[in-house]
Amino acid sequence: MAAISIRKLVKRYGHGSKAVQVIHGVDAEVHDGEFVVIVGPSGCGKSTLLRMVAGLEEVSEGEIAIGARVVNDVEPADRDIAMVFQNYALYPHMSVAENMAYGLKLRKMPKAQIDERVQRAAKILELGHLLARKPRELSGGQRQRVAMGRAIVRDPQVFLFDEPLSNLDAKLRVQTRLEIQKLHRELGVTSLFVTHDQVEAMTLAQRIIVMNGGRIEQMGTPEEVYGHPASTFVASFIGSPAMNLLPGRQQSGQFHIDGAALDVPPGIEGDLTLGLRPEHAQLADRGWPLRVEMIEMLGAERLVYGKLGASTPFTLRLDATLPPPQPGDWLHLAFSPVHLHRFDAQTGQRL
Amino acid sequence: MVERKPWLDWLAHAILLVGVAVVAFPLYVTFVAATQTAEAIIHAPMPLLPGGHLIDNMSAALGGGTGAGSSAPVARMMWVSFVTAMVITVGKIAISLLSAFAIVYFRFPLRQLFFWAIFVTLMLPVEVRIAPTYQVVADLHMLNSYAGLTVPLIASATATFLFRQFFLTVPDELVEASRIDGASPLRFFKDVLLPLSTTSIAALFVIQFIYGWNQYLWPLLVTTDESMYPVVIGIKRMISGGEAANDWNIVMATALLAMLPPAAVVILMQRWFVKGLVDTEK
Repeated sequence: MAAISIRKLVKRYGHGSKAVQVIHGVDAEVHDGEFVVIVGPSGCGKSTLLRMVAGLEEVSEGEIAIGARVVNDVEPADRDIAMVFQNYALYPHMSVAENMAYGLKLRKMPKAQIDERVQRAAKILELGHLLARKPRELSGGQRQRVAMGRAIVRDPQVFLFDEPLSNLDAKLRVQTRLEIQKLHRELGVTSLFVTHDQVEAMTLAQRIIVMNGGRIEQMGTPEEVYGHPASTFVASFIGSPAMNLLPGRQQSGQFHIDGAALDVPPGIEGDLTLGLRPEHAQLADRGWPLRVEMIEMLGAERLVYGKLGASTPFTLRLDATLPPPQPGDWLHLAFSPVHLHRFDAQTGQRL
Repeated sequence: MVERKPWLDWLAHAILLVGVAVVAFPLYVTFVAATQTAEAIIHAPMPLLPGGHLIDNMSAALGGGTGAGSSAPVARMMWVSFVTAMVITVGKIAISLLSAFAIVYFRFPLRQLFFWAIFVTLMLPVEVRIAPTYQVVADLHMLNSYAGLTVPLIASATATFLFRQFFLTVPDELVEASRIDGASPLRFFKDVLLPLSTTSIAALFVIQFIYGWNQYLWPLLVTTDESMYPVVIGIKRMISGGEAANDWNIVMATALLAMLPPAAVVILMQRWFVKGLVDTEK
């Protein structure tokens, strides 16, 4: 096991004036044995970052170290890592056992030891009865487990996961998520996990890296990222449904939005973006007036979509046991001041 | 579209039967002629039922030594044909696999140029460049040798493109997974790409074997020695022009023998052949 240090990492494609920079100087530390999830929208550079750690992409500038060793110029096979790919990347013509053993065989490990490791991994992942099958005879979830088995038998310093759950159906995804969590607890291997799904990020991570446009927006525990988002981007990306962001102007104890003035606790004056999560507003006799437009029933709760003032959209999460509002109703919202977030109107940074 | 008219079925079958007859009748005549004595064939009308001399005619052909035209032993010619076809087929497949591998998986200087250079050879088959190619082969003293028969026919743009297209459908993650597993490029080629290509290789083997076996023009140029004639040329040379009586029974037996190896290859590899052309195993 080992820590991963990423220092001032830059990735450019192409040369000279036509070069396109996709990662703009990223710094991050993954501690020994930690499970870190990189999350962000498509094209934010999260997969590129992971592939650079794996050695599948060259580093344009900066440094990657695994343990004490800088690995910029080390071949992927010699980095002591294992990677799980989105589409599993199993060798179609090899059986499950051969798939798992292939890397060890190339390492010239004695046959008895290979067998022992494959058996152990198969036992952990409950693949014992499938060892002789070919990948095409397996279901998606089983293939996923074989891909993880291939990573486990290597006994690496670092696990890298590149969106390994996105090809699975919803139910299997939840199940595999739990399995990965269990696996990490048992093996304790440093893991870097890339996903675009914030639920996966929240549930799996010990720490989350939120990326946007080739930069790290925030790095922190799930609680920190959810409770104290560093920017409007993080605020809207983490949490579902997304945090309500209200652009407006704070003046003498009131927050002026288009067509209304809302009562808010005193704070910084001037142009601001206020943030309030749908789950942190409650119904009250008086407070922010919300005109209801649409309602979605989710079972345990209802999502109420409406407008504050003339045109500021707002989503509210209501317990399903409460009497449902109707479109056109006026509701009043109250909230605890600790749940109110303030962001700079221009930069989107937390104030 | 479903047509439900009985007479259409009859018509369709009738047309198919005519088609079968057109294709199969000459083959049948060949077979019948190969089972008769030379006298029986010349005698008009030629008999249309098999006679009893198939084995005699075949062994006569294989042994050689009679007839008005060339009388070289067919066994030797079959051997030459077989070696030539095999060398051409295996050579084509090996070279095409490697060049497709290079073009798809490596970034080297002038890669595009090489790609187009291979492409251009599609427009330059042996027939077009026959004089200069003959000059080169003659200058290298490769006339009347297996090398002369095969080497100029081995380079193949078609096969290279077939493999290139196939390699492009192999997911990139497979390369990356094997890099992380520690496979060198050639190891990846041998352990992953080759096993995945088996059906394409089988399909190509069938096509190229028949191509090699049926070569006529090129062997005609580069061989002057009877011991280096492939069987296709042998048949032609058995038929002497002019008034002399040809041993048609022997000629037809030879033709029948010459048809056997390609037919065997097609029949034995049919399943793989179709699979290789229709789908790629993934």
